[in-house]
Amino acid sequence: MNKQMLTGNVAAAWGARLAGIDYLPAFPISPQTEIIETVAEWIDTGVMDATMTTLDSEHSMLTAAGGAAATGVRVFTATSSQGLLYGMEMMYALAGWRVPLVLINVSRGLGAPITLEPDHNDVLAARDSGFLQLHCSTCQEILDSILIAFRLAEDKRIRLPVLVNLDGFYLSYTREPVIIPEPKEARDFVGPYDPGTVRFKADAPISEAVAVLGGEAYSYFRYEVQVAARKALEVYEEIAAEFQAAFGRSYDKIDAYRADGAEYLFLMIGSFATKAMDAVDQLRAAGWKIGLLRPRLLRPFPDRDLRILAAGRKGIAVVDQNLSFGRGGILHTEVTSSLYGQPGAPPVIAGFVGGLGGRDIAAEEFYQMAEDLKKACRKGVQPPMRLLYTAGELTAMRKLQTIAHAVRPEGGRDEKH
Amino acid sequence: MKSIDSSFQRPRDLPDIHILSSGTSICAGCGGLQAIHEILDILGLKTVTVNASGCMSLLSVYPFTPFSGSWLYTAMASAPAGAQGVRDALDRLLAKKRISSDEDMQVVVLSGDGSATGIGLSATSGAIDRRLDFIYICYDNEGYGNTGQQFSAGTPHGARTTTSRGEHGYCGYKKDLFSIWKANHPAYLATVSGAEPLDLARKIEKAKSIKGPSLIIAFSPCPTGWHFPPQESIEIGKLAIRTGVWPLKEYEDGKVVHTYMPARRLPVTEYLKKQGRFAHLFHPGNEYLIKEMQAELDAYWACVEKSVKSSETKE
Ligand SMILES: Cc1ncc(C[n+]2csc(CCOP(=O)(O)OP(=O)(O)O)c2C)c(N)n1
Ligand code: SF4
Ligand SMILES: [Mg+2]
Repeated sequence: MNKQMLTGNVAAAWGARLAGIDYLPAFPISPQTEIIETVAEWIDTGVMDATMTTLDSEHSMLTAAGGAAATGVRVFTATSSQGLLYGMEMMYALAGWRVPLVLINVSRGLGAPITLEPDHNDVLAARDSGFLQLHCSTCQEILDSILIAFRLAEDKRIRLPVLVNLDGFYLSYTREPVIIPEPKEARDFVGPYDPGTVRFKADAPISEAVAVLGGEAYSYFRYEVQVAARKALEVYEEIAAEFQAAFGRSYDKIDAYRADGAEYLFLMIGSFATKAMDAVDQLRAAGWKIGLLRPRLLRPFPDRDLRILAAGRKGIAVVDQNLSFGRGGILHTEVTSSLYGQPGAPPVIAGFVGGLGGRDIAAEEFYQMAEDLKKACRKGVQPPMRLLYTAGELTAMRKLQTIAHAVRPEGGRDEKH
Repeated sequence: MKSIDSSFQRPRDLPDIHILSSGTSICAGCGGLQAIHEILDILGLKTVTVNASGCMSLLSVYPFTPFSGSWLYTAMASAPAGAQGVRDALDRLLAKKRISSDEDMQVVVLSGDGSATGIGLSATSGAIDRRLDFIYICYDNEGYGNTGQQFSAGTPHGARTTTSRGEHGYCGYKKDLFSIWKANHPAYLATVSGAEPLDLARKIEKAKSIKGPSLIIAFSPCPTGWHFPPQESIEIGKLAIRTGVWPLKEYEDGKVVHTYMPARRLPVTEYLKKQGRFAHLFHPGNEYLIKEMQAELDAYWACVEKSVKSSETKE
């Protein structure tokens, strides 16, 4: 067995290598750059047989990705944060082109203020683009998810681009032991690239991505994407089962941790969910009946799985590492709308926002969230959304401002924190 | 006159097929469409046209297409990047023998001046840097035509557009796309006009035979945006050449050659007076604008004539 200590970025590069990609259009951005550097080195040293082209921007990178996939090759590409937003016009376009490529997003908070550290506002801005989304919490999962993502994207019933998300720093630059599948086994699992019906050929000319006139034609194609994206729930199950049979690792649509018999659940995506796992262990040791749900598949949203996993619980604490200003956490909205009116749905779904721009979520905060949840469940009232921030952090910020002679009037000083 | 190395010597050498079928939703008398017709007929069937948003994006409207080759609509900013992806993929498929060489295609970008001189310039510049083997066709209707002819970086000084309605028209100057490309050593560059089909055919033939990034800028009289009757499109094309407003030229091997030297240039007013977008220039108080335009043209052509003479004496 080939087990190595790999950063999340190098694990992603291995995913691309094992999937036998033909083409990598690229543009550098932290904390993603190590992925394209790794693949570039493998290509330059002849270890990997693929074409890599550095474009002038992510907008161009995604256009080239779509153009190449539509011409009939297997395409992989990667970006982060500002890059994802810069290319956003093409995210929507590529889903409409129905090109089955895989895009890695290494999550990083969005400016302003500018930061390199992670949260999920970048990837969730692509939520409605038509890209399917897989969210990872370990380096092993990154590699494995890329193999699964190519199968999902290229499946004839789906033909949609897939985004695989990993958190900057916490995964991108963190080394973990990763089992690297045998190249032949990986190739057998992913299979050869079948361009299907989207394919430019000299002897069979086609027009792609053309204009439509009128809402009827427009809706027809948009609904088709919706049908394909929903179909991906079932297809994902098949592919994950095949993956498990081949490699022994299982990836459910929602990863449930110590959820058996739990009255309360945390719900999180990404690498910070591993912090929640620790908190669950501690709380369990203290006598709590608590567990964790970690959706891996966010698009399509695994409603049925969530409803089954949530049924009969007292409450869920959704911890969002993103903020939709003027509303709250995006996952919280998703979870609430998925469970509303469902038999056995927990009466309380509490919303917390934390971990923005790489800010830690401490064990004590998880305990506090569990307490909040329990209290709300006792009252039977949905509590208001909470933004995680400690008095200590605020004091430290103000001290820093004082030192720098940058004391400022604060917006939202009245807000409870 | 020097003999020209081309299969297009006389008008009857021009192809008599029409690759682009009729019945599209493009305006009557569209000079851009005429040039595109002529260009595609020379390029032939094995093309992939990668399009940027503009008037011509409405050529293919689902489920109909006038193209006999392939077509990919991308976005306003990134058609050259789309062309890169298509070319890279074709090269990969050829290298891996997944397609045969007769399945290869000519990759073409089709965009307007607004895309070519502005929002698409970054993607274009990248494609030139990478020596992408493609032909960029810019139909120049001197404004954002599709959105109702607002001024673009391709709009000439003084022209009235829907965002330059003042008494003096557009206060900026037409961006010199030809020189921007030239400075970066493309494989081939040319200006063409649908009103000069033989000159156009020779240039497209050349662009097709040369590997690397090529640009064709096609003069595109636009009845809708320039305000003239559709039937005068060709006449305006001819006047642009005879007044020297639209020089026909090409760049190859580091040299610019004018493929047509107007012997006796007509005054620029002959061209201006035909178009509503210049009508205000004839109002009292705007004489200076016309004078400036004429002086600029005279200076341009004096410079061209001088360089022709000096190269002739060298020979
Ligand atoms: C990102 C983006 N911004 C704006 C538009 C709106 N738009 C569509 S076509 C167009 C004008 C294009 O001008 P040009 O490239 O000269 O082509 P023309 O319309 O003249 O054919 C504009 C502004 C767009 N499609 N995409
Ligand atoms: S607006 Fe002008 S360039 Fe556009 S289609 Fe009409 S005539 Fe042609
Ligand atoms: Mg234009």
